[in-house]
Amino acid sequence: MSEPRVYTRSPLKTSLSLGLFLALRQVRRSSVGTTALIIFVMMLTFLNLVVVRGVLVGLIQSSTNVFKEKYAGDILISSLPKKDYIEGSSEIISIVKNLPWLTTYSPRYAESGTVEGTYKERIDFTESANLSAGLVTGVDPELEEKTTGLSDAIIEGRYLTPEDTDSILIGANLLKKYLPIEAPGISLLENVEVGSRVRLKINGFVKEVTIVGVLKNKGEFDQRIVMLDSSLRTLIGRSDYNVDEIAIKIKPGVDPEIVKQALVTAGVGKNARVQTADEALPKFLKDIKDTFGLLGNVIGSIGLVVASITIFIVIYINAITRRKFIGIMKGIGIDSRAIEFSYILQSVFYAFMGVVVGLIILYGFLVPFIDAHPINFPFSDGILVAEVSNTLIRAGLLLFATIFAGYIPARLVVRQNTLDAILGR
Amino acid sequence: MIEVKNLTKSYTSGESILVVLKDLSFSVPEGQFLAITGRSGSGKSTLLYQLGLLDSPDAGEITVGGFHVASLDKDARTQFRLQKLGYVFQDYALIPELTALENVLIPLLMLGHSREQATKDAISAIEKLGLQDRINNLPSQLSGGQQQRVSIARAIAHNPQIIFADEPTANLDTETSNSVLNAFLDLHKQGQTIIMVTHEHEYAKMTDRIIVLSDGKIIEDTLQ
Repeated sequence: MSEPRVYTRSPLKTSLSLGLFLALRQVRRSSVGTTALIIFVMMLTFLNLVVVRGVLVGLIQSSTNVFKEKYAGDILISSLPKKDYIEGSSEIISIVKNLPWLTTYSPRYAESGTVEGTYKERIDFTESANLSAGLVTGVDPELEEKTTGLSDAIIEGRYLTPEDTDSILIGANLLKKYLPIEAPGISLLENVEVGSRVRLKINGFVKEVTIVGVLKNKGEFDQRIVMLDSSLRTLIGRSDYNVDEIAIKIKPGVDPEIVKQALVTAGVGKNARVQTADEALPKFLKDIKDTFGLLGNVIGSIGLVVASITIFIVIYINAITRRKFIGIMKGIGIDSRAIEFSYILQSVFYAFMGVVVGLIILYGFLVPFIDAHPINFPFSDGILVAEVSNTLIRAGLLLFATIFAGYIPARLVVRQNTLDAILGR
Repeated sequence: MIEVKNLTKSYTSGESILVVLKDLSFSVPEGQFLAITGRSGSGKSTLLYQLGLLDSPDAGEITVGGFHVASLDKDARTQFRLQKLGYVFQDYALIPELTALENVLIPLLMLGHSREQATKDAISAIEKLGLQDRINNLPSQLSGGQQQRVSIARAIAHNPQIIFADEPTANLDTETSNSVLNAFLDLHKQGQTIIMVTHEHEYAKMTDRIIVLSDGKIIEDTLQ
């Protein structure tokens, strides 16, 4: 009888190699239906990890995008605190015009005011007037259109033309028709529509104007009254041409921070507040964004635990039903590490396939579909935020968790007494 | 080759202790074909598990090739089984999702053989058992006799010092049982040490030696 051969490879490497051998065959020859079901569950788990957070963040991201694209641009210059307007606006606009990164800009006048409707029909003066308050914003229609595409927000009527000296656009949130809420302290215009004559009152100045359009893009202009800058200037007697805010759009790829620094260096900061769009975001939006991000991470973590438990159960059932064969393998001298590794590889395979299918569904269908058909929330059009880096981190976390979720049940079964496993006792 | 001294094994069930092997001592020289027989519950399978390092005795010594195996830890016992021993189980014990060839391959791969060498050795072992046209069949595609022969091929592929067979013909018809026993006899002719547990007297009679157990004791030890 010849002597047994000696090892030609290290035991660990041999165990890993045999583990791979066993795992490949177990996966290849297992039931297609069962494999598909496990991969389906893993795919759902992965999507749960990414999509729930993505939708939560997407709700606010959408608001942020609207704020930037439909109101602030990339840079927003606004009046300093305790100042009514931007002093030296003409010089600042000249600096803005000469910025090498400039695409377009829109200077705006803004004053608090009210719009009163159906005032001619009002008989009983003990009843409150049919009015709504908002920020009256004077714009150059062409510059505003280039900067924010404001005409896209028109849901009724039409956009302003330079000849509309006695016309306004009104934000949908000032009309009861679009914001049907009854609450103390909130007054919304009723029985007013495109073509209605309304009374515009700003700081005691009154002008009768016609509503030519209604604005709604779930952004800042939903709460505003928009008119020609020249009309507003005349109405409030702003003869110094000092504006209240300037939205600036810069060339794609340029860091807004660089442009902001250039403006500050040029002295704009002395008379105005210069902010990137991110800095100008309302604090509540930033807070909600942080909160939703945290909430998304908590839900994602729960999803990760659920995924780990799912894999644990799948591998445990798989291992426990194959306990006898595991015992036989140990009985004929197969290293327990090889057997454990085969189960780890199987669980990683299921998770990996689930992730791959999930990625295809995520980027091939869900993201483009929700981009094209945003989820209609009252305060924003929800999109699905799934940055590739973030998604890959979550995929990595899932695969990492899977290694443990596959190892632990395999270890529990493999460590059982060999003879007991073989004899099924 | 195998020395057994004062081997004792008992099992505990609740508060009662059942002594299955009682102070057994015997030796098995190299190249012998030994049959262990006895009635059900006599302790013959338990003895095989002790000799084959699948279980540990309560007391006594087992020496294989001059090596005291009772003192080996769990990993070393696994290594020892892999390198020195081969097993044929009553119910064939093939891994269902592996083909006949792959079932025979796995101990060879675990020994660190290259894939090419392992495949060559596995095919050689399968050919010895006459199953060369079945190497790519899964166990479910083989008859009971064919599965048992694959099991024997797996046991001999790595040239073990001793083959242990636990009732290898128990689930087979007479014709298939004969072919399986002939396979063992062929191996024995080549000098293979074989220890076989069987309750079938006609097969025991074909071996070199018969040990008969009763109530955990050797009541008969016959050289033939």
